Amino acid sequence: MTDVAAARSDRSVGKRLAARGFDGTTLLVLPGLVAIIALFIYPFLFGLYDSLRPKAGEWYANYAAFFSDPFQRDTIWATLLLALPATIVNLAFAVPIAFRVRLMRRQKLLTTILVLPITLGTVLVADGLLNFLGPRGWFNRVLMLIDVIHTPLRLTNNYWGVFASLVITGFPFAFLLTLSYVSGIDPAIEQAAATLGARARQRFTHIFMPLLVPGLAVTFCLSFVQAFAVFPSAILLGAPAGPTRVISIAAYHAAFELYDHSLGAAIAMIMAAVQLIVVVAVLGARALFYRGSASGTKG
Amino acid sequence: MTDAPALATASPPILDAQPGGQLELRGVSRSFGTYNALDGIDLTVERGEFVALLGPSGCGKSTALNCIAGLLALSAGEIRLGGKRIDQLQPEERGFGMVFQSYALFPHLTVRKNVGFGLAMQGMPRTEADRRIKEALAMVHLEEQGDKLPGQLSGGQQQRVAIARAIVIRPPLVLMDEPLSNLDAKLRLEMRAEIRSIHDAIGSTTIYVTHDQDEALSLADRVVVMNTGHISQAGTPEELYERPANSAVAEFMGFRNRMAGRVLSADAQRAVVEACGARLEGIARQPLVAGELAEVNIRPEDLLASSDGQGIGAEVVSIEYRGRAFFGVAKADDGTRLFFRSEQSFSRGARVALAPAADRTLLFKAGTP
Repeated sequence: MTDVAAARSDRSVGKRLAARGFDGTTLLVLPGLVAIIALFIYPFLFGLYDSLRPKAGEWYANYAAFFSDPFQRDTIWATLLLALPATIVNLAFAVPIAFRVRLMRRQKLLTTILVLPITLGTVLVADGLLNFLGPRGWFNRVLMLIDVIHTPLRLTNNYWGVFASLVITGFPFAFLLTLSYVSGIDPAIEQAAATLGARARQRFTHIFMPLLVPGLAVTFCLSFVQAFAVFPSAILLGAPAGPTRVISIAAYHAAFELYDHSLGAAIAMIMAAVQLIVVVAVLGARALFYRGSASGTKG
Repeated sequence: MTDAPALATASPPILDAQPGGQLELRGVSRSFGTYNALDGIDLTVERGEFVALLGPSGCGKSTALNCIAGLLALSAGEIRLGGKRIDQLQPEERGFGMVFQSYALFPHLTVRKNVGFGLAMQGMPRTEADRRIKEALAMVHLEEQGDKLPGQLSGGQQQRVAIARAIVIRPPLVLMDEPLSNLDAKLRLEMRAEIRSIHDAIGSTTIYVTHDQDEALSLADRVVVMNTGHISQAGTPEELYERPANSAVAEFMGFRNRMAGRVLSADAQRAVVEACGARLEGIARQPLVAGELAEVNIRPEDLLASSDGQGIGAEVVSIEYRGRAFFGVAKADDGTRLFFRSEQSFSRGARVALAPAADRTLLFKAGTP
């Protein structure tokens, strides 16, 4: 009798929890939640805490030191100068290519070829670019062979080497996202615009772009965050003591060469803050545009 | 909702369609790989005519419409409007209004901007465009909804925006691709009346694609029945309903009972066949010879069931009440399933005699399309 009463009580607790949204399916979220807390939230909070415990001085000493030193402070601009143009160029390439690819029959094959660089990794891409764009690489050799230049162009170990690497590794990501957004627009909408007299350019500017802007904003944010974290290619293809001394190099230098993990954590926090400012600004601008369904019917 | 005559009277002259002349399709074909969606169709549509392209899914009716609109290139043949060849023009150069099955409204633009899109593309001055938009919205009773986005409207309202957007540019030809297929039954009936009223009001030529026989018969001046990329028959609704050219058209015109029979005797107009174990008389729609096989076509409403009359012996499988009469399914003695009408209800399994109306029974040669 007691067992029956206990079983009934358990059932009623289970039903009560289910009514509040805590059922077996909801519990599936737990492993993911644990992983997010352990791998993202805890390290972030620890890093923030660590950054506020400098080797010497007040709690804000690391931040003050970073912003008062032009060599450190300028890493923000150096990183932005790489990440923003690379992201914009990637989007500028991704949009027209995605528009063409969505109409192609062999879409999967072409998509596979285009996203291949994503599988190579930044180090392999950097090695390839050193061989291709370097002073004795194919690119310079071909230009000299056809008499376009007489001395090799310097395209590696400077800004342009890192930029090229960011474009190559970032494009597949931007392309895939853009393709999914472009494919999500009801094709009948474009056909309707055409029958109403809109030429290709007008259809793009009046119909496609306004519908694509929200998706492009998200693509921009994700691509930008990826580019802003540039590290291996900034060292391998850039000038890590000069124009491509990006903020991640500054953080690495502080934490693992000066052994000042507190300063390293502070620089990482500044890096996160800059990314957050750009992302919030872009997503804020997205709110100015239409953000609803891209289909032509209520369904 | 305003009825048809009121709409026609209220229509402003500003929305009169531009003169377009006769539309001619000559040997129009469209292939997708090895599949011929359209196989050399010929069709002439007179100015101001309302033509319905009717047929089952995959018969080529939407392909034909898209070819006329310029959304699909032709594999062969030509299309002319008012004698001028148009099949090589881009859709934006044809100036036709099109209403899509999915409405294809621009979701980010207000109703007013949706309707005015075509006028903006024409570069029309704003004052004139505003006037035209207002007139078009009045015609479809959406004056109050001008500032809403399409997503804020009901399905029927969205459909009316799509119609207003298509007619506001005064197209010589309005193309409609199953525009009512996403609406519920009541709204379909209301919109059907509105579409016909708008057509009459603006005086444009309309080509309307549908797979709904009722819709085609009630709306169109002329119905074109299509099957497997060909035109099976074209004619007025009365012609098609009363005198379908072949059994495929007959099936689409509601002849649900189709059974094989052997011709016992025949003359130029009529024939007697033996089918389902009974002697049946009907109209020979094709020349028949005694002894050959024929296909008997009867509408359910023309096959009357009684408990003691003459006709095809059958057993009732199911029956349902539909207001004025009962309609049911019976199994003939040879196993053929037959759809019938009855003045009285029968229990399941009851023996009945199914008597077809001789002047409404159509006979075709067996094996013809």
